[in-house]
Amino acid sequence: MAERLLEVKGLKVEFATEDGVVNAVDGVSFTLDRGQVLGIVGESGSGKSVTAMTMLGLTRGVNARFEGEVNYKGRDLIGMSEDELQTVRGNEIAMIFQDPMTAMNPVYRVGMQIAEGLRAHNSRMNKHQSRARGVELLRAVGIPNPESRVDDYPHQFSGGMRQRAMIAMALANNPDILIADEPTTALDVTIQAQIIELIDRLKDEFNSAVILITHDLGVVAEIADVIMVMYAGRVVEVGSKRQIFYDPQHPYTWGLLGSIPRLDRPKADRLHSIEGVPPSLINLPQGCKFRPRCPHAFEKCWEEPALENRVEEPGHLDRCWLPVEAKRNIREATISGETRAA
Amino acid sequence: MAAFIIRRTLGAVIVLAVVSFLTFCIFIVIPGGDPAERMAGKNATDENIANIRETWGFDQPFYVQYAKMMQNVFSGDLISYTTQQDVIAEIKRGLPATLSLAIGAAIIWLFFGVLVGVISAVTAGRWSDRGITILALIGISMPVFWLGILARYYLGPENAGIFPDGQYVPLTENPVDWFYHMILPWFVLAVLFIGFYGRVLRSNILDSINEDYVRTARAKGLNPRRVLIKHVLRNSMIPIVTLFALDFAAVIGGGAILTETVFDLQGVGQYAARSVRTLDLPPIMAVTLLGAFFIVFFNAIVDFLYAYLDPRIRPS
Repeated sequence: MAERLLEVKGLKVEFATEDGVVNAVDGVSFTLDRGQVLGIVGESGSGKSVTAMTMLGLTRGVNARFEGEVNYKGRDLIGMSEDELQTVRGNEIAMIFQDPMTAMNPVYRVGMQIAEGLRAHNSRMNKHQSRARGVELLRAVGIPNPESRVDDYPHQFSGGMRQRAMIAMALANNPDILIADEPTTALDVTIQAQIIELIDRLKDEFNSAVILITHDLGVVAEIADVIMVMYAGRVVEVGSKRQIFYDPQHPYTWGLLGSIPRLDRPKADRLHSIEGVPPSLINLPQGCKFRPRCPHAFEKCWEEPALENRVEEPGHLDRCWLPVEAKRNIREATISGETRAA
Repeated sequence: MAAFIIRRTLGAVIVLAVVSFLTFCIFIVIPGGDPAERMAGKNATDENIANIRETWGFDQPFYVQYAKMMQNVFSGDLISYTTQQDVIAEIKRGLPATLSLAIGAAIIWLFFGVLVGVISAVTAGRWSDRGITILALIGISMPVFWLGILARYYLGPENAGIFPDGQYVPLTENPVDWFYHMILPWFVLAVLFIGFYGRVLRSNILDSINEDYVRTARAKGLNPRRVLIKHVLRNSMIPIVTLFALDFAAVIGGGAILTETVFDLQGVGQYAARSVRTLDLPPIMAVTLLGAFFIVFFNAIVDFLYAYLDPRIRPS
């Protein structure tokens, strides 16, 4: 069995704001093994980015409150001191972000920004060595002429190249875990596929695990082993890629599946979308958080369902009161957009 | 590079021509602007006045007078209407005091402005930030003539006796005395700028602290001091550079009139103030041109520095 890298237990994140307490993440638990790709999927505000950033302590602040555990190789990252966490960030767990246009400092050369991360964790490395390693990394992520491009500024790179450079930066210290927060959202479709492929290939080369955060099930479809669907700060369904795509249990997952443009279905007039907007994280709806938007909501949904295994296969958990058989009968219509919320 | 210098020099010449011409025109239209009447004195006859007009060339068309004045400015033959003294020589005499004041104050206000801005930004919302904000607003609102007089009265020989009562001692004559005499004027001039720069830098830092690249820097595991200096401050300081260069130019070019006058430093600004009181056009013209020149010059330096500070605007 592969080495267990990460175990998140009952993670809860709250931010105190002027309007009230924002329940950004509520009771999220999952595990991650070496070599595994975990896809976290959900709309904006579902808590997926906050979950990821909290693991690295990037959400810490006077107004933030945390509960639960993020156990990385036996060490709790939530309770860890800032100094200690610094040795984990960018070294054992690295992160790449959504918009490569703004994620790199415009006033420094790309090579310097890679070298900076290297030298932060390898105090003996000199400028010459870190630069050479930077060139090597840029080559590994497929930047042509890395020897000269290493001295370019970020604005001299295209969007896709910048995301490649960000990946190079993140992999610099050969991390155990790479967290990719919407790495393809700001890129066009052909570049998206290249970046996902690159992450998949480098994961094996660097022997890392990947947490891939996205709102697009199509993106995780290619490389994720396990998919976790989040809604309003909670996990609403989790299972293997096969389980989520072929036997989805939660109506929200159906909505996400229905919103992927597909070539193997009859052409629809317009792309399906889930009706309504995600709830405010300050005033969450009573019971199932998806109830107000769910086309199949009934009496029982005023009570919140637990995340449980409700189908025959172990490891496939969901938060929906509907009987499994009923769901299997109605979901096709929901995914293809025939059933809509009243 | 050569094109940049040529373009900037041409621009500077045009700006200086426009500034000088406007200054000249103002003196034609303001009441009591006729220098001949003032030079002739109270009991002058029409004949006296006509004589003065003729010898000084005031009877010529205004554009001829303007051309003549410009020629005198650049040949160094500019003579004051009221004191009949060489204007360029007077400015040269005042320049050491003005430069001492401007350079010293600039170092102080840049240092303390940045310090105050950084402390205020990193402790944003806490008592130190609130305290600094109040002090900065007081500093910005205090008029120099009032603050200067208070400082002179309470810290000078009159009361505390810590500092001398104004006046300028040349650096070449006695460096210790020079420094001793400049401390109060430096701080009095710098207070306004410290408050202002502190406020501007504070908001710049708070803006850039939320930039994605700062989050990236933290995610790389850099220590907080490096994140603050290399990533936050480096980018927040860019607008400060512009402010600094222009303020510094303005202070050299006679912008410290009040400080110089309150502390009787006999600098260029004080000379300008005296000349304005007697509507003495030649020195006013010379000081205005000097100020305009410094502003244009430092503007060019700012543009040049910008290309260095921000690679995105560097010509490829």
